Amino acid sequence: MDRRRFGQLTALFALGVTLPRLAFAAAAWEAVLAEARGQTVYWHAWGGDPKINDFIAWVGEQAQAQYGVTLEHVKLASTADAVAQVLAERDAGKTTGGAVDLIWINGENFAAMKAAGLLHGPFAESLPNWPLVDVAGKPAVVTDFTLLTEGFESPWAMAQLVFEYDAARVATPPRSVKALADWAAAHPGRFTYPQPPDYLGTTFLKQVLYGVMADPSVLQTPVEDATYAAQVAPLWDYLDALHPHLWRAAQAFPQNEPALGQLLADAEVDIAFAFNPGRASAEIAAGNLPETVRTVTFDGGTIGNASFVAIPFNANARAGAQVVANLILSPEVQARAQDPAILGFQTVLNLAALTPEDRARFDALALGVATLSPADLGPALLEPHASWMTRIAADWGTRYGVAQ
Amino acid sequence: MTASLVLHALRVTLQGEAVVQLDATVQPGEVLTLMGPSGSGKSTALAAMIGTLAPPFRQSGRIWLAGKDITALPTHARRIGLMFQDDLLFPHLSVGGNLAFALPPTVRDRALAVDRALEQAELSGFAPRDPASLSGGQRARVALLRTLLAEPKALLLDEPFSRLDAGLRAQIRAFVFAQARARGLPVVLVTHDVEDARAARGRVLSPLGQTVGIGPAAV
Amino acid sequence: MAVPVLAGLMGTLIPALDGGFHRLAAWPGLRAAMGLSLVTGFVATVLSLTIALLLTAALYGVPAFAWVQRLLAPVLALPHAAAALGLAFLLAPSGWIARALSPWATGWEVPPDLLTLNDPAGVALILGLVVKEVPFLLLMILSALPQTDAARRMMLCRTLGYGRLRGFALTVLPALYPQLRLPVYAVLTYSMTAVESALILGPTLPPSLSAQVVLWMNAPDLKGQGLAAAGAVVQLALVIGALIVWRAGEILCRVFLTLLAVTGRRGLWLDPFADLMARAMGIALALTMAAALAGLALWSVAGPWQFPDAVPQNLTFATWSRALPDLRDSAGVTLGIAMLSTFAALALVLGCLQAEHRFALHPGAGALWLLYLPLVMPQVAFLPGVQMLALQAGLDGTMLSVALLHLVFVLPYVFLSLSAPFRAWDTRIATAAAALGASPSRVFWRLRLPMLLSPVLTAAAVGMAVSIGQYLPTLIAGAGRVETVTTAAVALASGGNRRLIGAYGLLQMLLPALGFVVALALPALVWRNRRGMLA
Repeated sequence: MDRRRFGQLTALFALGVTLPRLAFAAAAWEAVLAEARGQTVYWHAWGGDPKINDFIAWVGEQAQAQYGVTLEHVKLASTADAVAQVLAERDAGKTTGGAVDLIWINGENFAAMKAAGLLHGPFAESLPNWPLVDVAGKPAVVTDFTLLTEGFESPWAMAQLVFEYDAARVATPPRSVKALADWAAAHPGRFTYPQPPDYLGTTFLKQVLYGVMADPSVLQTPVEDATYAAQVAPLWDYLDALHPHLWRAAQAFPQNEPALGQLLADAEVDIAFAFNPGRASAEIAAGNLPETVRTVTFDGGTIGNASFVAIPFNANARAGAQVVANLILSPEVQARAQDPAILGFQTVLNLAALTPEDRARFDALALGVATLSPADLGPALLEPHASWMTRIAADWGTRYGVAQ
Repeated sequence: MTASLVLHALRVTLQGEAVVQLDATVQPGEVLTLMGPSGSGKSTALAAMIGTLAPPFRQSGRIWLAGKDITALPTHARRIGLMFQDDLLFPHLSVGGNLAFALPPTVRDRALAVDRALEQAELSGFAPRDPASLSGGQRARVALLRTLLAEPKALLLDEPFSRLDAGLRAQIRAFVFAQARARGLPVVLVTHDVEDARAARGRVLSPLGQTVGIGPAAV
Repeated sequence: MAVPVLAGLMGTLIPALDGGFHRLAAWPGLRAAMGLSLVTGFVATVLSLTIALLLTAALYGVPAFAWVQRLLAPVLALPHAAAALGLAFLLAPSGWIARALSPWATGWEVPPDLLTLNDPAGVALILGLVVKEVPFLLLMILSALPQTDAARRMMLCRTLGYGRLRGFALTVLPALYPQLRLPVYAVLTYSMTAVESALILGPTLPPSLSAQVVLWMNAPDLKGQGLAAAGAVVQLALVIGALIVWRAGEILCRVFLTLLAVTGRRGLWLDPFADLMARAMGIALALTMAAALAGLALWSVAGPWQFPDAVPQNLTFATWSRALPDLRDSAGVTLGIAMLSTFAALALVLGCLQAEHRFALHPGAGALWLLYLPLVMPQVAFLPGVQMLALQAGLDGTMLSVALLHLVFVLPYVFLSLSAPFRAWDTRIATAAAALGASPSRVFWRLRLPMLLSPVLTAAAVGMAVSIGQYLPTLIAGAGRVETVTTAAVALASGGNRRLIGAYGLLQMLLPALGFVVALALPALVWRNRRGMLA
């Protein structure tokens, strides 16, 4: 155990955790560390962004240097590939030595795996760095699409929906769902959204729901068949009015977030959006977006959630996976992830709980030319219950997805 | 020289070296034999006459057929019939189909024309047959009929008898020459076989134009 | 070979029967998606075959044909996804063509709102398929043509007064097509089941059935699996139906050509037209492909590049220096797997063909269908079942297991490329050699194999390209632990970063392209003094 880790444990002690329990936890964690040393952890994570790939490679170097754990990034085109792998292993009766040790996951994938008993846990809340997580200030770190994580996944980054626009062409960006529709009508062909059931496309629909529903609080409970149609009717009215003014008059939609981002980069649209407040700055830095791109959120707030890592029930390097999950929660790694030059992901930690020297890591970060400050970002709206996402994505498909 | 084939100072060179050098007139019904060992330029001479010489070869001189300069004409417009050493009957067409393929499209009653041609060659009733079911001699005769049905103005024979056995050979040879004479076609025969050359009863030249001695015709 | 496919299919049918079909029937886009698969598949195949044959008929033996041959290797080696992205960048309203003409000619300061990609009729998708399939068919034609006596048949037709095109269609095509039939079936199947090209270039409201199946597979709620399985089974039925229709079309065409042959019409008027069309199409396809490739290459070294700039603001090697370390690791793995599966496939195919020749065996139509099952079956229909099988056998996560699964796909393509030339080899040579006292194995090693060098190398190159291009099978058999250039490239492609896609697309192309260069160049070198071997 290195000095810093020891320092954190003493800090915990100062917070009033009882000695025997701490001693027990410390001993248990020692055992995990010992078991993890020499293990190879296969982290199945989306591999579509070189910045993220580089970041994971860096985390791997840290894991090797600090804990003797080898981290292999299995680059996926879709998280579903990893879920399918674990599912196939369970169906084949492979209950140990599975190929997946760690998955980058959230939302529906998590709900499905947890319900099917495909996850190891609970483990997150016994990680030594867990006390640093901002559970009170960022409830999304323990509530994934209204589903309590119950320690079956460990958060590693916060995300919030932000709209990206080219200030060279859009002087005053719309700041509400209604204003967005008006803007689109005035600027036909310059806005679109990814085709549901794509994750970001469905998020846009949920954001619209927040803006047009009479009582958005029902989104926190599962869909009820009896009231559903009336509740979402304003959404379809909104889309019916919006679609004629969309890019390609809604005869085609971009596939996903990267495709939408590319449209903004190519000036095919003037307003796009992303589930990462730091994306625009990072893309400007990488030369992919014009320097005139800025971000904005809605006055009433935009949907926010967290990204997690989970460990499959049959993971081969379960201890190593926990060590990596814990490492990702360390202030050093979190600060690096938040650096707009690296990833621009918002931290899941409570800055107030950090030591002054760790807090300084965050304070030293520049915001990025197009990134909003936490104050300007505005409130993060909670993800609706997962059943809403499934239902509106399916209904969208029926209404608009089979136009021909 | 109305229907004759005239090779006027026909010369083909490969990298500056002459491989073909011919100056000859072939009268209707006459057979000019080009003889020489393999690789001596016989096929090149043939290619020059039908107009399929490949780029590394260079050609000069003129070729006249039936009073018309055909030197610059594409192959399909030259009206020179060609027979190969194997018959090259199309296996996907019947015997009659192979013959109808060659008949000019202006011929109305095609079945009748095919039957008549087959009759001439003592192959009556063969029209619906599969070429694969024919004997070697029959195939050779059908191949000749096919060439003739296209109404060529001259005939080039590229070792057409070399695959036939000795007994059949004389018979087919006689048939081919008789048909050519009956139609008054000038014939160029390419061969390396002395018996072929003797049977042709015409001049025998090497591809470079020298007279080749072949001795008297066998009986 | 059929075992994994059939077992996989069973693994697919079970979830499909579990309510999958019911839900599929209730999906409102089903008819449109099926229609799209059928129409794009048929149109793309008819166009590809027509263009490939037209190019051959009009240009065979003409110097321009050598150019066509030279262009084949890079185009064949380019992965479908990269080709589709290159094409998309060319044709999009913000694409290269528009950028080159804007704003000076078009007045566009921002891209126009035009539906040039993802059009509802699937025109862009068909174009993307044709651009890739014409070179494949041309390669197959080139390897089959020497066995058809094409040169002499054409010469005979010419002396009978026939035009090139008519002569080719009436006398060479009937001999050529039987050797081309299976590649054409593979093209039809591929065109109907393409996923990457369909997602990038095809319509999305709804997408073609195969693309929709993959979207269902990737649905996070695990319930998509049953729907995906049912869709895959319907897709399979659709492909089989299309093949039957195609076969009927073949018979009709043959009857028509036979009837046409006996009319004696020379078709001379067709030639100038065909020649013009062939040259125009050849040039258009070559230019399209070259521009798509150049676009990818330029993106891979591009600094900032905004609309309407025709070229990037500056050039940088940052993308490459980022990609190269990854490539170094995965290129060896990729090549190793490709060589392993290709050599195994070559050995199996040559062994089967030689046994068939020596013992006068005749493989039944059933055996052939089994062999081609992996090509005809949409991958998504049986791969999940294969995964189960591999897991139960403890055969996952190694290079060997990946190579084994690749073999399932490589084998039919190798058989496809090799069987016709092998069978068309003049067996009289073997008889002559046997009469000289040569044993059958000596005849095989010293005569048949060397004489078939060109088709064997072509088959190997095709096999390598097939292996290198596999994504889903690699992921499944490798359990994510075997990273090839393609798994890395596809993962990166999901991020839509044109610079990286450009770099990886080119790198992905480089490996199989080497194979094709060898296949085209080596016979020319070995047989440089044997004109009879260079058809």
